[in-house]
Amino acid sequence: MTGTAVAPPPTVKPSVRHHRSRLADPAVGIWLAAAAVTALGWIVVAARGGDFLTLANIVGILQNCVALGLVAVGQTAVILTGSLDLSVAYLISLGTLVAATTMEDGGVVTAVLAVLALSAAVGLANGLIVTGLKVNAFIATLGTAFILRGWIEDNYTGPAGKVTVSFQHLGYDRIGPFPVSLFLLLAVAAALWLITRRTRFGHHLYATGGDEHAARLSGVRTRRTVVAAHVLCSLCVGAAALFLAARLGSGAPWAGTEARYDLESIAAVVLGGTALAGGRGGVVGTLGGVLVLAVLDSVFNQLGVDPFFKNVVRGVVIIAAVALYARRGSRRPT
Amino acid sequence: MTTATATGATYQRVVRSLGTGAPVYALLAVLLVLLAVTDIGFYEPDRFLAFVKRAAPLVILAAGQYLVIVCGEFDLSVGAIVTAGVVAAAEVYGSFPGAPWLLITAGLLLAGALAGLLNGLITTWLRVPSFITTLGMMLILEGAVFYWTGGSPHGQLPQDFRQLGRGTALGWLPWAVVACLAAGALAVLLMRSDFGRTLVATGDSERTAALSGVRVHRARVIAFVLSGVAAALAAVLVGGFSGVSAQAGRGYEFEAITAVVLGGVVLGGGRGSVVAAMAGAFSLQALFTLLNLRGVSGALESTVQGVIVIAAVGIGAADWSRLRRRRTHSSGGTPT
Repeated sequence: MTGTAVAPPPTVKPSVRHHRSRLADPAVGIWLAAAAVTALGWIVVAARGGDFLTLANIVGILQNCVALGLVAVGQTAVILTGSLDLSVAYLISLGTLVAATTMEDGGVVTAVLAVLALSAAVGLANGLIVTGLKVNAFIATLGTAFILRGWIEDNYTGPAGKVTVSFQHLGYDRIGPFPVSLFLLLAVAAALWLITRRTRFGHHLYATGGDEHAARLSGVRTRRTVVAAHVLCSLCVGAAALFLAARLGSGAPWAGTEARYDLESIAAVVLGGTALAGGRGGVVGTLGGVLVLAVLDSVFNQLGVDPFFKNVVRGVVIIAAVALYARRGSRRPT
Repeated sequence: MTTATATGATYQRVVRSLGTGAPVYALLAVLLVLLAVTDIGFYEPDRFLAFVKRAAPLVILAAGQYLVIVCGEFDLSVGAIVTAGVVAAAEVYGSFPGAPWLLITAGLLLAGALAGLLNGLITTWLRVPSFITTLGMMLILEGAVFYWTGGSPHGQLPQDFRQLGRGTALGWLPWAVVACLAAGALAVLLMRSDFGRTLVATGDSERTAALSGVRVHRARVIAFVLSGVAAALAAVLVGGFSGVSAQAGRGYEFEAITAVVLGGVVLGGGRGSVVAAMAGAFSLQALFTLLNLRGVSGALESTVQGVIVIAAVGIGAADWSRLRRRRTHSSGGTPT
């Protein structure tokens, strides 16, 4: 892999390593897979007399990528450090509710700041519980999810608040053929890509996930890194909540849980080639994973496949894709 | 606890005999005392047995989940197996109203074993992380069951099938309690057998276990199969007392994992006892009951649950890491 914090071992010839890393890089594989799935979908839909690659359809697919994409990009940062975040679904729900109810009384700016502050606080709490209390990330973020769920169920019984018309532009407007929200996703993804690949902090993310002990011995403040990753992740989730609020027009207690953003985002990240144990992968692969899921979804919609059957195929695709990585990874000398 | 005044040696001995489960036994004791204080009649045989009966599915799931977690894996598919089991049983009874309950139950257990076998084979042979394998299995099972039933499960479970979940033996002992005790005893026996030690060794260090002649893949596959069977048994109980619903097993996977971790079993494997895991399940159920009795609104229930789980695991982690460091000086564990 190029660009990780770990330098390649000197015994390997750079040219050979470079060549191999390109082919073996899951980020490349998943984008090829996305292209293949698109082509296959186009053929299958065309065989049924439909047209898959219409502009409206492509725009729809991209629009469907946004919410899951934002969450998955954030999740990537956390998973890179070897942690994970199961609280994202309830954080999205709460985020939409806070956004919509704040917007009703105050302005858009207040609402956005409120959601981002809430997200940062939740991320900080997650990070501190994981690093300070040494609670396993799975349990820590599950616990946070339960706490948020209680907060939501205690305070909101159904959709609440109203999103101002000016803010709904984020959900529905387009620049040319592309939805505005897509630029939000691309901006967040680009920012996170820059952070992970081009900053010292990003290298610390990889180092912490690769081998926490070694990273600490090399002077990386691993705890601080994990906390920061959790905050970053939650901020991305906050952005997703803002987008969904704009899309729905009000806050919804089911916004995050209905679509199962917690597990789906982890699936997208792993589909994109990021190792669940941490230390390998990145944002580019994650976006590919999100795209594959969105294209599949769209193909099934076009074919009128039973929505429940979609879940079956989705499960099979996720397992099969990850099995392919594992197989390929094992052939490489390590 | 009495250990506060005991000498260092006794303290160490007590700690060792309790294993890493000490916090959960303390938590369970506190909860049971609070239950007695809150509700005078809680320990009347009927009421208490009803409590155990309600806890039974979670305890059985926790025992199965423990086997998977102690060898270093996850099983997120148990909730889906419970849902699928309940819905499938109802569907089969819809087609064959006169089917004998024993046959259906056996069929469910076999199906659970099959799902577990698939989980295990995909995890070990195809080297897919079990988090993803079982997550995929969860999507597949839920999708398949709803696809089969066209979105809304219908049909009814006949009385004799529901007997295991809601009926009583000898007129006072709920069958669910019997099933729970039997599953618990089996789990304890299993963990005391060679296979149990093999399983813990696999979770502790796969490489060491493999070099000592353990067939680690086989051990893991068996753990998944047993977890699947446990989930199917839980499905029979759940179907027995709450009837057919598309939500039957939702959330059970996280509750089971929470229970196991509450019992001091380390995610990543190799440490913790099955009794403590089942005590974790009882603690969770006691917590739910207590919150109910205290009149905490259903909404805030999950908040309290979240806080307690984090606190309990946090306290456990803090204590034991210090103890471990005292015994062996450097054990640079990596998080999962």
